[in-house]
Amino acid sequence: MEAFSDLMKSIAQGKFVYTGELEPHKSVDISEVVDWARTLRDTGRIVAANVTDNPRSVGAISSLAASFIIQRETGLEMVYQLRASDRNRLALTSDLLGAAALGIRNVLCLTGDHTSMGDNKESMPVFDLDSAQLVKLTHMLVYEGKDLAGNEVHGPKPRINIGAVANPGQEQLEMEVLKLERKVQAGVEFIQTQVVFDAGAASKFLDEVKNFGVAVLIGIFPPKTYAQADFFDKYVPGVKVPPEMLGTLKKFKEIENKEERKKKINEYNTEYFVDFIKEIKKKSACKGCHIMAVGYPDVIKPIIDGVK
Amino acid sequence: MIVTKQKKIEEILGFLGPYKKILVVGCDGCTQPPRSTREADTLALLVEMGSKVGGAAKKCSATTVVKQCDNQIVASALNPQIVGYDAILSLACGIGVQVLAEILPVPVYPAQDTMFMGSQERELGTMDERCKGCGECVLYRTAGVCPVTRCAKGLMNGPCGGCFKGKCEVTEESRDEKGNVKILTHDCAWYQIYEGLKKMNRLDLFRTYTPPKSRLISTPPRQVR
Repeated sequence: MEAFSDLMKSIAQGKFVYTGELEPHKSVDISEVVDWARTLRDTGRIVAANVTDNPRSVGAISSLAASFIIQRETGLEMVYQLRASDRNRLALTSDLLGAAALGIRNVLCLTGDHTSMGDNKESMPVFDLDSAQLVKLTHMLVYEGKDLAGNEVHGPKPRINIGAVANPGQEQLEMEVLKLERKVQAGVEFIQTQVVFDAGAASKFLDEVKNFGVAVLIGIFPPKTYAQADFFDKYVPGVKVPPEMLGTLKKFKEIENKEERKKKINEYNTEYFVDFIKEIKKKSACKGCHIMAVGYPDVIKPIIDGVK
Repeated sequence: MIVTKQKKIEEILGFLGPYKKILVVGCDGCTQPPRSTREADTLALLVEMGSKVGGAAKKCSATTVVKQCDNQIVASALNPQIVGYDAILSLACGIGVQVLAEILPVPVYPAQDTMFMGSQERELGTMDERCKGCGECVLYRTAGVCPVTRCAKGLMNGPCGGCFKGKCEVTEESRDEKGNVKILTHDCAWYQIYEGLKKMNRLDLFRTYTPPKSRLISTPPRQVR
């Protein structure tokens, strides 16, 4: 493994890193996302930010184009998310080479939600490759200068670090760990996980994968409201919100003064996630946190400062 | 078996518009649900009645063939029977319709939509897709569960993140008032593969990376010699 990106260089230097998340929509105007990227950058604590690729199969501006624009406008390093749902191996190869040429230094290889779940339900679900095979393709391009069929890439090899995802909250943890092992065989270098609320579950997962030699960034999502936390608990596969957190957030709903309620929630989130991160930081496989707090900048800095 | 679904009578009457005398041909082959003499008789009657309502009465007869996908059987069984008919309405799968269209001198129309190759679950009364004919069977390392057919994404290194308590999130049946998925109907194929291999003490197969499938093998039109 070679560290091409600031993200992987920081990890190699032993730093505990934080990444953020950006979600551009179906629009050519991504100024809002650029502003949010500036907010993340200005915390001074976020090393890179993910740019989603048609999240939940809802069509949006190309994540490659958005990654390039945001990185150029803000100087913040991007993690380019790439789904196998919408492109075959030819198109994926093209996009990976394009990303490297545009100065993108991290890619997150995803299978992607099924197209029938999005806003163009009748479209062809491609899935020529799955996430592990996309990791393999990227690894071959970067380290061998070849595509999956063995054809050579002319000139310099693309310089991109390779990420993928995992879900520490999957009810069947053994299955999840074995699945991750395949991505490790394919050459993954860093993992950003699905959102975890329970430090115990995150720690257990980190223990299981400690010998894989990959950097794990645990996904966290400080909930802005009770409804957000409730949604995760009920509807997101493999995500459980501890009853104490749900109970506390529900109680805050009774506070009538909006400002006061907001303050209480911010304080609670800060305290909760500072403790959470301190706990998972003890594990050797844990190299950082992926903070999915889109539209909720108030807590990012306090949480990161609190951990220090 | 090949699982089919009969088209709505309105659609059938629509494309049979110009024809007066129609031969409805059943198939005793693998089509499921059965589409033999009885079903051909019923459909012939239905077309006659329906066309009367529409004001342009048609005359229909019914017959059946052992296997509509065998060109010799079709030629010897149907050639003597089609004299005087303007069109044929086939109750076979899409294969039978094409064989008839290829060898018979009258226009042939499909009475059915062909769904998939599947199995019959008698207790639940369902027919379930089981094989896509990908040309590269992997069942020997997936505990007898086909990921190409039974995983919504056809993944070779599954499950994906949409495995929810052993069920596939793509197969939703109902939603609550907020539009969120409540009931998932189908098992996650990869969860079943994991469970199956675990029972067989063969998780070594599950933990091994599988390279991409060759799409060349399944590129149509295919032929076996």
